[in-house]
Amino acid sequence: MLFCMAPALAQNGPAQGTLAQVKARGHLVCGVSGGVAGFSIPDSQGQWRGLDVDFCRALAAAIFDDPAKVRFIPQSSAARFTALQSGEIDVLSRNTTWTLSRDTAAMNFPVITFYDGQGFLVRKSLNIASVKQLDRATICLQQGTTTELNLADWFRTRGLTYKVVTFANSEQTLGAYESGRCDAYSTDKSSLYGERLKTAHPDEHVILDEAISKEPFAPGIRQGDDPWRDLVAWTHYAMIDAEEAGISQANVEEMRRSALSPDVKRILGLEGKYGEGLGLTTDWAYRIIRHVGNYGDSFERNVGAQTPLKIPRGLNALWNQGGLQYGPPIR
Amino acid sequence: MPESRKTSLRAVALQILLALAVAGLVYVASTNAAQKLAKQGIVAGFGFLSRNAGFDISQRLIPYAAATSTYLDAFLVGLCNTLLAAALGIVLATLIGFVVGIARLSPNLLARGLASAYVEAVRNVPLLLQLLVWYVAVRVALPSAEAPASLGGAFVSQRGLALPSPDFSGSAWLVPAAFLAGILAIAMLRRRAGIAAETGRPPVRVWLPGLALTILLPGLAWIGLGLAGHPVVLHWPARGPYDVEGGLPILPEFAALVLGLSTYTAAFIAEIVRAGLSSVARGQGEAASALGLSRSQALRLVVVPQAMRAIVPPLTSQYLNVTKNSSLAVLIGYPDLVHVFMGTVLNQTNQAVEVVAITMAVYLTISLATAFLMNLYNRRVTLVER
Repeated sequence: MLFCMAPALAQNGPAQGTLAQVKARGHLVCGVSGGVAGFSIPDSQGQWRGLDVDFCRALAAAIFDDPAKVRFIPQSSAARFTALQSGEIDVLSRNTTWTLSRDTAAMNFPVITFYDGQGFLVRKSLNIASVKQLDRATICLQQGTTTELNLADWFRTRGLTYKVVTFANSEQTLGAYESGRCDAYSTDKSSLYGERLKTAHPDEHVILDEAISKEPFAPGIRQGDDPWRDLVAWTHYAMIDAEEAGISQANVEEMRRSALSPDVKRILGLEGKYGEGLGLTTDWAYRIIRHVGNYGDSFERNVGAQTPLKIPRGLNALWNQGGLQYGPPIR
Repeated sequence: MPESRKTSLRAVALQILLALAVAGLVYVASTNAAQKLAKQGIVAGFGFLSRNAGFDISQRLIPYAAATSTYLDAFLVGLCNTLLAAALGIVLATLIGFVVGIARLSPNLLARGLASAYVEAVRNVPLLLQLLVWYVAVRVALPSAEAPASLGGAFVSQRGLALPSPDFSGSAWLVPAAFLAGILAIAMLRRRAGIAAETGRPPVRVWLPGLALTILLPGLAWIGLGLAGHPVVLHWPARGPYDVEGGLPILPEFAALVLGLSTYTAAFIAEIVRAGLSSVARGQGEAASALGLSRSQALRLVVVPQAMRAIVPPLTSQYLNVTKNSSLAVLIGYPDLVHVFMGTVLNQTNQAVEVVAITMAVYLTISLATAFLMNLYNRRVTLVER
């Protein structure tokens, strides 16, 4: 009941800063996709789980020292931007690609939390290693997204051809691929790992390494709220910096007791008062790591090698381990 | 003031108030919409139609390429696909519907039972489910893409049917022209037959010579072109690295849609036909057989012509249903107007108001045109009193 009334009750746009509103309300309102395994999906107990979910929990942990003070509202891809602009949600943490047109259309993307790209799911029996070998193949797609445009551009610029079959939703697309209507299923790689799990025999299918597009996923916020922008960006950087400094959810208490390195001391709030600049307490990053963990913790817990999804770190590894995740220093 | 005048004044005043309220509502809604669109940075208007589309479509009846075609071209591709599916659906539904409808009144128990079972089963299951069943059935029952079944140069697999396709460019246009000439001959024969019947001259046979001409003329043109050194080129489908390529492909989505639409609508048409036939007085059929006409002659010459005037009006609304129902194609991946235009184009351009308005206008136009043609036909079959 309350859930249904939420949009009507929500304030129309920020009169004061988002952080002040969130603090006054006592909880964060977070827009998620609500149906992507590993990113945001309720588990069997009704608890929200996933990378996108963890990001909002980290924000709540930094603000309230309580990762449970978040209300998650699932957003369709059509409604997500309106929900943010109307003030229904404080932050959109929903596998949304950061593009110029979206950035300039009344919203901001403070930081890239996940590097993705459009990939291909194919049968192992085809023995394909590269997308180029899909020349003349039939490819199944979900219609109405940039995947259709990326695919046409990629094949055309390489002088290759393909046949396309498009469907209105992902269930139909996967059904068609699985029944043999298509040789490949193309969408964001992060989604393909979840789609592969839905097939009857996941180990008979493989996701090609190559990506044919850049899909940087970033949380979205309203334009013109610099303190909130800082907080959203630094919540992610704190998780990256913690991983780089070797602080994890498992060892954070011990590190806090016995830390010698000035880097670790600054992250954990033992030295300096860096959190205050964000409108928070000095132990803001310690709260994030204690309740949610560092970026690697969250990645491994939700989508990593130990999960059914088995998404490799790839571009999402730390910068000093061959990836792109790089956090500016906390000092 | 007399009482009646007072009431009529009040009625007029009420209607004016109502009209004002509706106008006000429309005004508020449209200014609201304009404001919101402006806020989202969407430029209203139809300029987007000339922008490059950039996406591919699986079935194209007219030239279309992602790189060069516009949203208008994509719209036309979708429109042609809708028209093709609807037209084929209407023809097939009519054929099946008439056969089943006549069979429901057949003295043969088996034919009657089968026809009843068909009507009751098909009419009472939602079309959406039937389409999904057809689509899954087409994919599951047919051989896989790696091992397509070969039928004398044609191939069939779960990727669809690939037929050899004649190349009608160059001098080969004579073949379809000869076919059209055959059709024209049928029309002329029918006219002569009509005149003969009215003036009491010996009857003119129409269908046998007419159909023979439509087959013979193109055949002669084909052979003649071959003898003259310009043989008609056939494009044969062949196996490629992944599946059968070339020739004339018929997609499984298209096949499923046409089969689903025509079998579903045929069940309704069968009932309309049965009702129409039953509306003809029993004595008509009995009189015909008393004159020595066989059952099929009695049906063809006496009963069906009289039944048509009861059949055509409800038949029209079934034809309209076929066109409108063809938009369910979106659920089985057939690129009809709704799939291409309301799906992909709307999503890429965000021009929701324009796209929805155009689509509604198109369905309205198709439906009105169908109804207009059927009304013309209806005027011909209604009872003409002498």
